[in-house]
Amino acid sequence: MTRIQSPAALEEIRKDILAHRDPQKPCIILCSGSACLASRSKEVAESLEAEIEKQGLTAAVDIKKTGCHGFCERGPIMIILPEDICYVQIVPEDIPEIISRTIKEKQVIERLLYTDPATGEKITYESDIPFYKHQERLVFGANRRIDPKNIEDYLAIGGYSALPKALSQMTPEQVLGEVKKANLRGRGGGGFPAGRKWEECRNAPGDIKYVIVNADEGDPGAYKDRSLLEGNPHLILEGLMIGGYAIGAHQGYIYVRQEYPLAVDNVTIAIKQAEQYGLLGNNILGSGFDFTVKVHKGAGAFVSGESSALMTALEGRVGEPRPKYIHTAIKGVWDRPSDLNNVETWANVPLIINNGADWFTGMGTEGSKGTKIFSLVGKINNTGLVEVPMGVTLRDIIFTIGGGIPKEKKFKAVQTGGPSGGCLPEERLDTQVDFDELTNAGSMMGSGGMIIMDEDTCMVDVARYFLEFLTGESCGKCVPCREGIRQMLKILTNITRGKGKEGDIELLEEMAEVLKTAALCALGRTAPNPVLSTIHYFKDEYEAHIREKKCPAYSCKELIAYYIDPEKCQACMLCAKKCPVDAISGGKNLIHIIDQETCTKCETCYDACPPRFKAIRKISGEPVPPPVPEEARTITRRSKKDE
Amino acid sequence: MSDITITIDGKQVNAKEGTTILEAAQSIGIPIPTLCHHPNLEPYGACRICMVEIEARGRTSMVTSCIYPVEPGLVVKTRSEKVDKTRKMILQLLLAHAPDSEILKEMAKEYGADKDRFEKEPSFCIHCGLCVRYCAEIKKLNAVGFIDRGTKREISFIPDIALKECWNCKECFPLCPTEALQAAYVFMKLLTTDTPNPISE
Repeated sequence: MTRIQSPAALEEIRKDILAHRDPQKPCIILCSGSACLASRSKEVAESLEAEIEKQGLTAAVDIKKTGCHGFCERGPIMIILPEDICYVQIVPEDIPEIISRTIKEKQVIERLLYTDPATGEKITYESDIPFYKHQERLVFGANRRIDPKNIEDYLAIGGYSALPKALSQMTPEQVLGEVKKANLRGRGGGGFPAGRKWEECRNAPGDIKYVIVNADEGDPGAYKDRSLLEGNPHLILEGLMIGGYAIGAHQGYIYVRQEYPLAVDNVTIAIKQAEQYGLLGNNILGSGFDFTVKVHKGAGAFVSGESSALMTALEGRVGEPRPKYIHTAIKGVWDRPSDLNNVETWANVPLIINNGADWFTGMGTEGSKGTKIFSLVGKINNTGLVEVPMGVTLRDIIFTIGGGIPKEKKFKAVQTGGPSGGCLPEERLDTQVDFDELTNAGSMMGSGGMIIMDEDTCMVDVARYFLEFLTGESCGKCVPCREGIRQMLKILTNITRGKGKEGDIELLEEMAEVLKTAALCALGRTAPNPVLSTIHYFKDEYEAHIREKKCPAYSCKELIAYYIDPEKCQACMLCAKKCPVDAISGGKNLIHIIDQETCTKCETCYDACPPRFKAIRKISGEPVPPPVPEEARTITRRSKKDE
Repeated sequence: MSDITITIDGKQVNAKEGTTILEAAQSIGIPIPTLCHHPNLEPYGACRICMVEIEARGRTSMVTSCIYPVEPGLVVKTRSEKVDKTRKMILQLLLAHAPDSEILKEMAKEYGADKDRFEKEPSFCIHCGLCVRYCAEIKKLNAVGFIDRGTKREISFIPDIALKECWNCKECFPLCPTEALQAAYVFMKLLTTDTPNPISE
C-alpha cells in the first residue's frame, strides 16, 4: 500500500473499496467481542468457516468477525446480510442448519430468533428487539458493521472522513471551536468539558505536546471502553489525530490496560494499517501535519486511570498520583502539556467534526450533550452495553432497555459511577442521565458502569464491597485514602458481621468528610460516595444491622439463619440429601431440622426445597425457634381415602 | 522574580514567585505542622497534615501548603474548624499505627486527637516516605523503597544495595518520625546476614 497523498486520493480509495463490495452478497456477521468469545464465539466461527468450505460456499459467502454488539446477555449474536436477520445465542451445532436453510434457502430459522419475553413474539431484525429499539447507537453502532482488524471496513462505512475534513478544510482553531461549541464533556468520570481542556493544552507554552487516550477502564462491571477499542479502534485513532491537530500535538499515546489483550491487539493493528495508508506519520494526506501514536500497556492498577497517575506511569514510573495545583494540560507527561481524554470522549470527536456541533447539541440535556454508553450489569435481564441520548431516565434504561429485574424480584438500587459513584433507590429512578443530575442525586456519571441491585442485595454490604475494592486499589501514598479507607472498611465489615455499634454511622460520615477534603487525588476524594449514598438512602438498613443485628435483605451470612418450618416440611429428604455439611437431620415422615451449629449458610437447602412446600425460610434479627420435640417430629399423612 | 503579597492568618507576607504557602508561613514564624515534608527533598504531599484553608478567586478550599504556590491576593488560614478537624482525624488514623511516636503524641495534644480512636495496628511506619526519598534524591542509592500498594504498602530495604551501603550511611534514620525505619533495617539485616544487630552495638 502506498501512502495516500491527499483527501481526494483517499476518496478514490474509498470508492474503489465500495466498488468491489456487493451489498447483495451474503455475509455472516458474528460478534467476536470479549463477552461473546467467552460464550464460545470462537468455536462458532471455526465451525462456520469449516461448514462454508464443506458446502463449497467460500467464494459466495463472506464472514465478518466484529467487535461487541452490546447485547451480551444473548451472545454470541449473528447477523445475516443482506436480509439483516438477527440470531441470538448461537452454538457451533447450529451452523450447518444456518448455512443450509438461511444462506442457501433464504429461510428464517424461528428457534434462533430473539423471543420477546413480554409477548412471546419472535423478532427477526435486531432493530425491532426492545433492547436495541430504544437506544441511540451513534458511537457504538458501527461496531457491528466492521471487522476491527480491517481498515477497509472502517473506510467503507465512511470512516476517516472527519480527519481529512479537519486537516484540509478547517484550521486547528476551528476544530477546537467546534468541539467547544459541542460542549463535549469527558466520558471518563468527571465530565470536564473536553474543549476547555484542549484549549488549555493548546495555549500552554511549549513546542512538544501530547494527546493521550485513557483506556485504563477499571470500574467493577464496566467494559464499554474495552469494547469500543476492541471493536472500532480506527474511530478512536481518528478522534485522537483530530485532537492532536487542534491542540498542536504530534505524538499520541494509548494507555490501555494489559488485561485487555484483544483491545491491545486490535489497536496495534489499526495503528500499523493507518501508517501504511499514510493516515499516520509525516505530512498526513499532504496537509503538512505529522502525527504518530504509540500504545502503552498499563499494568492494571485502577489508580492509573487518574490523570496524574496515568502520566507518571506513562513515564515509566510507579503509577501514583502526584499532587498538582497545575493542570496536566499545562504540565503533564515529562512536564509537557498533555491532554488526556477517555476512549469514549475521543470516539465522539469524528462524529462532531463530520456532523457539526449543532447536530451534537441537538441531543441531550442543557448541560450534557450527545449520547452516553453504559455497561448494564448486575440483577438485570438484558446484560450488555447500551448507548442512550443524555436525558433518558434511569427507569427507561433499566426497565425498557434492560428488561427489568430477573425472577420477578423487586428493584432496589442502581449503582452508577463505579467505586466513585453512589447507589440510587427506586424513588430516584426518574433521574435523567446527565452529569449534573446524577451528581445532585448523590451519585455520578463516572465511566459508565451501571450495576443493578435487587431486593436480595444488602446495601451495607455493597458499600463494604466497594471499599474493599479500593483498599487494594488505592496507591497508598496519602494518609486519608490509605488509612481512612482501611478504617471505614473495618467499621463496615463489623456492621455486616453484627458487631456494629451506636455511633458507627456518625463516625463513617465524619471520616467521609475528611476523605473528601483531604485525599490527594480523586480516587480518595470520591471513595466515600458509595458509603454516603447508601447511608443517605438506606439508613434504616444500617440501623437494622447495628441495633437489631438484622440484615433486612437476608444477605449477610453472620446475621442470618436458615430454618425449616415444621408446619410446612413434608419430610421429602431433598434438602437433607443436598446439604454439603450434613447439617440437616430427618428421615422419611420425620420433620427435618437444621443443626444451626453445623450449618454454613450456603443456601443449598433453601434452593432445594420444592416451591410448593416453601418450608425453609431465612431468619434475621430474631432467635431461631427451638427444634420440634422428638415426639412431635413424625408426620402422619392422611391417606387419599380419608379425604 | 517579583514578590507576591499574600495574607496568612491576617498577616501580610511578601514571597517570591514559586514559593509555597508553607515556606511563606515559615518565613514569618507562623507554624504549620508537617510530617512528610523536608526542605531538601521534592514536595511529596502525602501526609496531608499541612493542609490549610485558602480563599482565592472568591472560593474557599483546603489545599496542601507544602505544594501550593503563592499567588497574588491569596488569603490563608492555617487554623480553622475544618483544618483542625482534618488534622485531628489524620493524627488519629496515624496513631493507630505508631502510638508511641513522640512527634505524633505532641501534635495529638495540640489538636485534641484521641490516640485510641481506632483499633491499634502497630506497624509503626506512617509512610511519610522521608527515608525512601532521601535515599533516592540525596544519596541516589535507592536502598529503601515502597513495595505493594493500598493498605498493604510498606517500606522495604533492597538487601543487595542495603547490605553494601546502609551500614556506613544510616543518614535516613534520624529523619524517621517513628522508629519504623530502624526496625525495618534491623529486621532486614537479621534475615539476610549473620551479622549481629548493628543498632545495639
